[in-house]
Amino acid sequence: MGRLILLKTASAGTLESSDCLVTVSPAEKLKLAYKGANREVFAERTMALVENVSKKYSLIGAEISIQDQGALAITIKARLETALMRAVKGVAKE
Amino acid sequence: MNPCRSMLYIPGDSPGMIQHAPVFGADSILLDLEDAVALTEKDSARKMVACYLQDYDFKDLIVTVRVNGADTEFFDDDLKEIIPCSPAAIRIPKCNGPEDVLAADKKIEEIERANSIPVGKVRIHAMIETAVGVENAFFTASACPRVQALTLGGQDLTADMGVQKTKEGWELFYARSRVVVAARAAGVDAYDTVWADISDKEGLLRECRSIVGLGFTGKAAIHPDQIETIHQAFMPDEKEFRKAIRITEAAENAKKEGKGVIAVDGKMVDAPVVARARHLLELADLYGFERSGS
Amino acid sequence: MDMTLNSLGRNVPLELSGVGSFAPYKSPFAMLGQPGAFPGTQMQLRRPVPARNKVVVNIEKAVELSGLKDGMTISFHHHLRNGDAVIPLVLDVLQKMGFKGLTFAPSSIPDVHDCIADYIRSGLINRLYTSGVRGELGKLLSRGELDIPVVIRSHGGRARAIEEGSISIDVAFLAAPACDPLGNITGSTGPSACGSLGYAITDARYARHVVAVTDNLVDYPLNPRISIPQYLVDSIVCVQSLGDPKKIATGAARITRNPVDLKIAKDSFRLMKASGILEPGFSFQMGVGGASLAVAKYLAEHMREKGIRGSFGLGGVGGYLAGMLEEGLFDAVFDVQSFDSAVTRSIHEDPRHIEIDASWYANPFNAGCIVHNLDCVILAALEVDCGFNVNVLTGHDGVLRGASGGHQDTAAGAKLSIVVAPSFRGGVPSIKERVTTITTPGETVDAIVTERGICINPRREDLIGSALKAGLPVVDIDALKKEVEKLTGIPRPAEFDRDKIAAVVEYRDGTLIDTVYARK
Repeated sequence: MGRLILLKTASAGTLESSDCLVTVSPAEKLKLAYKGANREVFAERTMALVENVSKKYSLIGAEISIQDQGALAITIKARLETALMRAVKGVAKE
Repeated sequence: MNPCRSMLYIPGDSPGMIQHAPVFGADSILLDLEDAVALTEKDSARKMVACYLQDYDFKDLIVTVRVNGADTEFFDDDLKEIIPCSPAAIRIPKCNGPEDVLAADKKIEEIERANSIPVGKVRIHAMIETAVGVENAFFTASACPRVQALTLGGQDLTADMGVQKTKEGWELFYARSRVVVAARAAGVDAYDTVWADISDKEGLLRECRSIVGLGFTGKAAIHPDQIETIHQAFMPDEKEFRKAIRITEAAENAKKEGKGVIAVDGKMVDAPVVARARHLLELADLYGFERSGS
Repeated sequence: MDMTLNSLGRNVPLELSGVGSFAPYKSPFAMLGQPGAFPGTQMQLRRPVPARNKVVVNIEKAVELSGLKDGMTISFHHHLRNGDAVIPLVLDVLQKMGFKGLTFAPSSIPDVHDCIADYIRSGLINRLYTSGVRGELGKLLSRGELDIPVVIRSHGGRARAIEEGSISIDVAFLAAPACDPLGNITGSTGPSACGSLGYAITDARYARHVVAVTDNLVDYPLNPRISIPQYLVDSIVCVQSLGDPKKIATGAARITRNPVDLKIAKDSFRLMKASGILEPGFSFQMGVGGASLAVAKYLAEHMREKGIRGSFGLGGVGGYLAGMLEEGLFDAVFDVQSFDSAVTRSIHEDPRHIEIDASWYANPFNAGCIVHNLDCVILAALEVDCGFNVNVLTGHDGVLRGASGGHQDTAAGAKLSIVVAPSFRGGVPSIKERVTTITTPGETVDAIVTERGICINPRREDLIGSALKAGLPVVDIDALKKEVEKLTGIPRPAEFDRDKIAAVVEYRDGTLIDTVYARK
């Protein structure tokens, strides 16, 4: 499977209640900035979620920011995957 | 009985609504990738719907997805991402004739095979939204076993006809009648178009009663508030219910006694009437009608 | 610090320096069922020179006359809600007069009064007794900025504490929407009308000195309603305005249109029906908004359809209940606090709309409070746990942001106590392994109704049976918790600094049900 390499900064989602705004940018390593009212109560869950998605797409590094307006895990996952797809023009093969 | 009297449109890009899908009380939901989603957000909505289909337990709710039309750049991606998630059905806009359905059927079959999904599992609800579509309704409905329902798209149809969409609905009377008969002849369900005025519950009930009278098996809703009214219109009335009991009892007795002719209240009753009576009793169970008593 | 485990497994202090000693919570009625009476706070006798007019020139003068000194206890009521201007007005004067170290003991603190935090920092206030604490004040307390822990009491508990002497009010500053020159007071008329003065009546009876603050001095005698009689009032101060009338007596809360809340409300009503309590003569307390208010809509429809007349409604009264009284669906409404202008009108005009004080409402240590006669109550919650315990005080982050209110009292007293909560809120599950803070013990909660199903306390086998028979969506609370966690993920419990107690939560009988620590 090819490795996912981000080519630009991209966002997905909204600041509506129950949604989240995810922004991803190219970076060497995986870095997460998790913001919003749930940043403490779901710090571990969100980090795990991001790591799982990264593994799924063989993503080496990205700077990821999530502004969480009370979204369920499925919603965060969907927005993250969309943002990643938008930040990529293609998949680089190993 | 797995009823499909109501189908609630939920924008595919609205996680706030999708996450509460079972709460709204509808028999089925329509996750919309088409008109409810901005052109720049089609990818986002598609991903949201796919993720929910995969990870969210919708329990008894029938989950369908309205994809973008085959004439758009989004159709193929919609199918590629949604079919593997196995929704109960996809609703395809602007089915003008059997060729539209057959083309979609072929694409869907390919994806089902590639994802080890039993071929034919994902059904098609074909939207009739043009004059040509109305003319070809029966052929569209019988094009392939995958077609489970015809649905009327009133907004686009009246636009295509160059007429106003009114509350009285006479401009749609022929189309409705044609579609419901075509669906019946092909052995599929028929779903009516949405009632746009959320604040007018009486108008909604009037329209529901008349389309139920025509033979539609379900109606689409654009707001959770409409669900109760729609279900009310599908509720059998007490007299009909009692008569249906008499008919099915008479049919059973006739069978036991080896009689070929069934008579109820002095009139002859044949097979389609008995079938309708049985269907009505199943529906009545849904509403908690009690069969015993006077 | 001497701590002990109470019967719910919560660590509570036996002694709080600067406050007093406490017993740990045992069970809802452990302290009740003892025969005979025992002495409480004495009635405060005074011997003033007879006067025809108690109005003094300003608040400073009233304070001087009251004999208030550093370290004493002052009280207020919260009937003016977020429209209140009296609390900041008086505290500002006290600050300017140089007072220090006062105990602030209002019936509760309206959300809008973040200024209390400033008065704590300045040293004006160093001890706090209240039912509720939110906003900036809640954050300050959860940071551990107040040396002496706050004591949080329910409405019934505060009345008990005042009547037994645990709270000894030196000066009560009571906002008086209508007041005559000798101190007869009512809340049902005037530009700042607020309806019932239920909490204020208790303070007026037992405070050593009572100052009425009014923006509506009427001719003597105030009539026809008198909520607080003149013989309890020492002085009167006239001010420009008691506050913002639009926020004091708001427009009636509308029935929610949120589908999640409506589902919860509908299922709660169905549970009430299945339980068999909906007979003629039944009594009911509804919530003030959201699902807990929407239940009333289904209830009223049913009562009209079946011709059922209830004996009384109770609350915390909003326009909806006042409307049900007017329609004749209840014989009477008992009102300890009014929420909107329709209620103010009703209490003024309808003799069947009866003003009650906090002790009458919910004090467990008297000859019989009304919550003990209640058939059904619908309550809200921030969090619940698998033991059916309820938290209405702290958020998921452990910060103080709620009020005890009448929750413990009504849950204990009602035959059927229903707690309503969405299964998740803001993406966080409402059902936890252990609630962050216990306000109301699970022993007094019969059912928790969510939009994903009804959880019934295993203690109520009869109710489980009735609900199942009626075809209601009964679910196991553990299973529901897991179902929601699948959607949200498992939340991390809040972390606390166990060396610093921010607040203690009293149960209505004076025992301690839980401790709130400062956040790490």
